[in-house]
Amino acid sequence: MTAVSPPLASQSAWQDAVIERVVHRTPRVASLFLRASLAAHEAGQHVDVRLTAPDGYQAQRSYSIASAPGDPLLELAVERLDDGEVSPYLHDVAQPGDTIELRGPIGGHFIWRGDDGGPLLLVAGGSGIAPLMAILRHRARVAPATEALLAYSARTWEELVFRDELLTDEASDPHLRVAIATTRGPRHRPTDVEHRFDRELLRTIVAQWNQAPKRVYICGATAFVEAVANAFVAEGMSPAIIRTERYGGA
Amino acid sequence: MPTRGFAGRRPTDDVARRLPPGQHLELDFPVLSLGPTPQVERAAWTFTINHGPRPLARWSWEEFGTLPRTSFKADIHCVTKWSKLDTRWEGVTIDDLLAAAKIAPPTEYLLAQSHDGYDTNLPVKDLVGGQAMIATHFGGEPLAAEHGGPARLLVPHLYFWKSAKWVKGLRFTERDEAGFWELRGYHMYGDPWKEQRYTGDP
Repeated sequence: MTAVSPPLASQSAWQDAVIERVVHRTPRVASLFLRASLAAHEAGQHVDVRLTAPDGYQAQRSYSIASAPGDPLLELAVERLDDGEVSPYLHDVAQPGDTIELRGPIGGHFIWRGDDGGPLLLVAGGSGIAPLMAILRHRARVAPATEALLAYSARTWEELVFRDELLTDEASDPHLRVAIATTRGPRHRPTDVEHRFDRELLRTIVAQWNQAPKRVYICGATAFVEAVANAFVAEGMSPAIIRTERYGGA
Repeated sequence: MPTRGFAGRRPTDDVARRLPPGQHLELDFPVLSLGPTPQVERAAWTFTINHGPRPLARWSWEEFGTLPRTSFKADIHCVTKWSKLDTRWEGVTIDDLLAAAKIAPPTEYLLAQSHDGYDTNLPVKDLVGGQAMIATHFGGEPLAAEHGGPARLLVPHLYFWKSAKWVKGLRFTERDEAGFWELRGYHMYGDPWKEQRYTGDP
């Protein structure tokens, strides 16, 4: 078992947060930048969001934090689910100046602290990049020499959330490698692939990286996480180093 | 205070009265786990009841299959906000397990323990009286590995993280010892109707 920080009583209180900016990062993912006074978060944690209708009806959802610990604004990268209740509101209605309620940060397992070290293997499917982005941003700040590989799968090049930031970071960071897989559209770099992450592809990507990961974080839809985690275990990786976060439901 | 421009999408009254606060209806069956799905072979599966380190009773998969079987229909509530109604389960109630082992609960608390190292704490009084089972079937089919198969604990009246997947045993403890998520910011008891999600919730 790893060390666990004492839970903060304040995580359970709902607090007002003001939307400062909404940035549409891809056709389906928007980042909300929030001014909130939550306790400091760890990279990988999430918050609960609560919306209230005029008659008192409330809806809650959980969203991973994409900003690094210490950033002045809290960034939530929200995927729009067309049949959803909360994400269409956050995409289509919410605007700067609006107030929503938050509580958290929450979660003490899918987190990475600088002294957890590396090498770090991160695997993201679609909007599952959000908590891994927090980890990468935190790493760049507190432990930039930590070797890291991000294997990131999306349907198309246009649907890679944080794409430009990741490519810029990779270009300037000798310890970071970004391997991109697009499953329904063309690749834009010769080193990337147009294929889902199956066992053989993952084996190749990790072999080219040439590092033995100390920690592995996988985040995405259930089927994606299941497939990637099973592939790593089948390849002989210890399940004990693999942490997963699965997005299910609307 | 209302959120500007939020109307919400209310469930029907029939559904609404079955949803604890903060929950919404889910028709699929999402999977949430801390790591890879363990592949537990039925031939190697055992289930053990311990008091601290001391084993009180133990069953192989074959022996477990001879115990009395019970069906549950229950609404389940995940702390990540989804609820699923009228789920159908089959397995062995904790009452029948204790009866088969001829043991009375030696303490008031226990930890349900899983093959992947996960554990979660429960009061014994929440497991007896027909409230909980070791489930081996879901929807009439053998329980799939990703949902906890071969067997998981099912305690539908508490948040679903208490219903430990890939369960391998119950360990009676002298006091209420925090399990995996309970050490990581989640509530010690987890009553969905009181919205006991996190440490610090009433």
